[in-house]
Amino acid sequence: MIQGSKATYRIRPQARLCWLLLAGGFLALWPIQRAIDRNSEGLGVHTETLYFSSGRALRDLSLGHAGLLADIYWTRAVQYFGRKRIAHARRFDFLAHLLRITTELDPHLLMAYRFGAIFLAEKPPEGAGEPEQALQLVRRGIVANPSYWRFWQDLGFIYYWDLKNYKMAARAFKTGSQQPGALIWMKAMAATVSAQGGGFQTSRLLWSEIYRQAETETVRRSALAHLAALRADQDIRELNALVVRFRKEEGKKPDSLENLVQAGYLKGIPLDPSGVPYVLGADGKITVGPHSKIDRNLLFESAYQPRAHPQMAKRR
Amino acid sequence: MIQRIRTIALHTFKESVREKVLYNLIVFALLLIGSAVLFASISLGIKRIMLINLGLSSIAVFGLLMAIFIGIGLVSKEIDRRTIHNILSKPVRRFEFIIGKYLGLLLTLVVNTAIMTGGFYLALYYVERHMGGEDVLLLEAVYFILLQFAIVVGLALLFSCISSPILSAFFTFCLYIVGNFLGDIRWFGRESGSVIFEKVAALLYYLLPNFSDFQVISQAAHGKGVPSYLMTSGSLYALLYVTILISASILIFEEREF
Amino acid sequence: MLAVETINLTKDYRVGFWRTRPRRALERLSLEVEIGEVFGLLGPNGAGKSTTLKILLGLVFPTAGSARLFGRDPRDISAHQSVGYLPENPSFYDHLTAKEFMTYAASLFGLSDKARTRQIGLLLEQVGLSDSGKFPLRKFSKGMIQRLGIAQALINDPDLIFLDEPMSGLDPVGRREVRNLILQLKENGKTIFFSTHILSDAETLCDRVAILDHGRLQGCGELREILQVGLSSTEIVLEKPSRDAVVALEPFASSVVRTGNRVRLELRAESDLTEVLAQIVRWNAKLISLNPVRMSLEDYFMERVGGNDNSSLRNTAAAGTESPKSE
Repeated sequence: MIQGSKATYRIRPQARLCWLLLAGGFLALWPIQRAIDRNSEGLGVHTETLYFSSGRALRDLSLGHAGLLADIYWTRAVQYFGRKRIAHARRFDFLAHLLRITTELDPHLLMAYRFGAIFLAEKPPEGAGEPEQALQLVRRGIVANPSYWRFWQDLGFIYYWDLKNYKMAARAFKTGSQQPGALIWMKAMAATVSAQGGGFQTSRLLWSEIYRQAETETVRRSALAHLAALRADQDIRELNALVVRFRKEEGKKPDSLENLVQAGYLKGIPLDPSGVPYVLGADGKITVGPHSKIDRNLLFESAYQPRAHPQMAKRR
Repeated sequence: MIQRIRTIALHTFKESVREKVLYNLIVFALLLIGSAVLFASISLGIKRIMLINLGLSSIAVFGLLMAIFIGIGLVSKEIDRRTIHNILSKPVRRFEFIIGKYLGLLLTLVVNTAIMTGGFYLALYYVERHMGGEDVLLLEAVYFILLQFAIVVGLALLFSCISSPILSAFFTFCLYIVGNFLGDIRWFGRESGSVIFEKVAALLYYLLPNFSDFQVISQAAHGKGVPSYLMTSGSLYALLYVTILISASILIFEEREF
Repeated sequence: MLAVETINLTKDYRVGFWRTRPRRALERLSLEVEIGEVFGLLGPNGAGKSTTLKILLGLVFPTAGSARLFGRDPRDISAHQSVGYLPENPSFYDHLTAKEFMTYAASLFGLSDKARTRQIGLLLEQVGLSDSGKFPLRKFSKGMIQRLGIAQALINDPDLIFLDEPMSGLDPVGRREVRNLILQLKENGKTIFFSTHILSDAETLCDRVAILDHGRLQGCGELREILQVGLSSTEIVLEKPSRDAVVALEPFASSVVRTGNRVRLELRAESDLTEVLAQIVRWNAKLISLNPVRMSLEDYFMERVGGNDNSSLRNTAAAGTESPKSE
């Protein structure tokens, strides 16, 4: 047995060195990886790499698993979007790219076009603020899926809401309404949009429709938020009108909404859709209360002009 | 010791360089790079970008295939065919064998990558008709591709010390894929809201080889070089990871019986 | 100093995937091989011959006991400097040529360029491969690979050579050549330790043999000694003996075989040869030949190893007496 122990003695130092390298290696990797992460987050580099920049090349290389890859890329797009949004980023450089790859991998992934368009079109920090990219995405979706009429609805929506191009919006709704299977309200939408050039009614119609069809909680919640904001907008407009009347008839500025109640213009302090009272600002304009759940970014009325919508585009 | 490692490395190189699969892969890669010239000429405005993307991706993909297919044979083939009996009965220490084998395959891959890169530059020259400093920057991307290969070969080496060639190939490939999505995995972990899941994801993030550190191809296509911090830390990362893999392989190999 | 020494060498292999159970391949094997000896390790397939060789070369580690080569542990690679090894059914690298492979082997021993080229040329010549040095090994036949295996085992001019089944895969001419090679190596003072299950090789080559079965040593010693145990009888052949002569001799014989004019009698061990001869003279039979029947190694082998219960065999082997006929 003496020889046996001698044999083990001979390998010991090597094994010890190996264990040392193993443990030391992992310990040293940690700070290096952290340094890489820190740097790349600052530069926005490596977390935003695409690896493949052409979805079509990727599809050919995927050996028949393009569908799966598309799902992965779609997930990446969603994650990318979510990450950026949580970070309150104002730039979403790779979002359009990721969506393009996703839809190139799987041209029939309808969800990717529809939600992708919403992500792209909304103003930062809600979205990438790239409505042109969103239009391109949806148009590609229409080419790949000509029978899917809802893409026209999305197209019209982007024109109407994000680009304020009511003519194009009306045209999109009209084309969409002519597609087989299109719901009847598309026609109404086309008519309304072209007649009014946009307005609260149209907006409400649009968002109600979106709410009605929403398949996921996120979209439903977003639609609800928009609807609430629309109602608040309308309330604020009416209240502002009351304030103007008060000034004219009483000959002085009201200090608060209480004044309007005391003078009998209002039955009580009105509440916004989230149940928080409206307030009269120092500038004499009505706004939502400081604790209101209404998303101020969605409000038009509490901003600059009382005559809001024809100039809505100016907000940009 | 150095001399024996060198001998083993050179003979591994000699043996693997004559593998027919290798030639097929190289020819295929060069064809693909060459065809990129055609693709580029029928598209508009992105000639260069497309050529670089396709060229570098070809190098990466085919190099990866070579690394896996030859890498897994490193040790397991020697055991299967019992050539290892021959080598280890000579005055060769086991760790010398492992290191020699690793270096031999790495050399094979470096030479093959050099050939593919040569073809790539030829295609680039054909399209551009001149060479500029921007083109030299592409070598940085090639270097990063090579760093990935170094880790992949190390993985293949480790797995081929433990299991059969087919399983080794499978494991190596899986780890490569997982390593490319490590950033996402960590993100999922954070988003999951579960502390355990987050911890596990973070552990994996630091334990598994993070190939997403080395994804610079699309950067390169847009004419951006590898940032200098990534140059150093990427190299260091690869070096450390390879050291870890070789150490683990040696530990396993020292105790193996044939 | 001994060339090879094993002390109570025991080896268990783990079998099974989940619940590994040990399977004993070698049981307390103790051997001593002197310098300059040709030593044969005999036994049927799976007896533990290759395991013994692998332990001696550090490819496999003993579960218990120890092994030494020229007094050194086999895991100590300096012990390998003067050792050559031909593995069982060797196979080499497909894409290398014989010369390249020999160069590889030589450089692992740290041979200088000059010594290398000379030695490689010499050895390839010796095993009859000098014309095939430039072909890749995947084009080699089994016999050629075996020859190359022998050549590479001798590349470092070793003092101790392990050959695992050196004759397998060779044609009769090849066997003769290898046999001569081994004898020549012995003449040069080398120690040769080889395993085989082909007994005639052992009979012609070995100074001493060890017989293994199921990992246990069944016998060890000079071939003559081992076979002496089997020196059991005498055979006489008579030409045209009279009927009376045969009748008179029958009680002494264990068997009587008649072929043509001749009668072959195998005498019982206890028979008195003088008495038998007296009978032959008395009946005037014509004696053609009288030979002591030495048990062939094969007979011994069959008797010791063939299908017997091991423990009883061990006992009888230890007692040095004959075991009862097994068939």
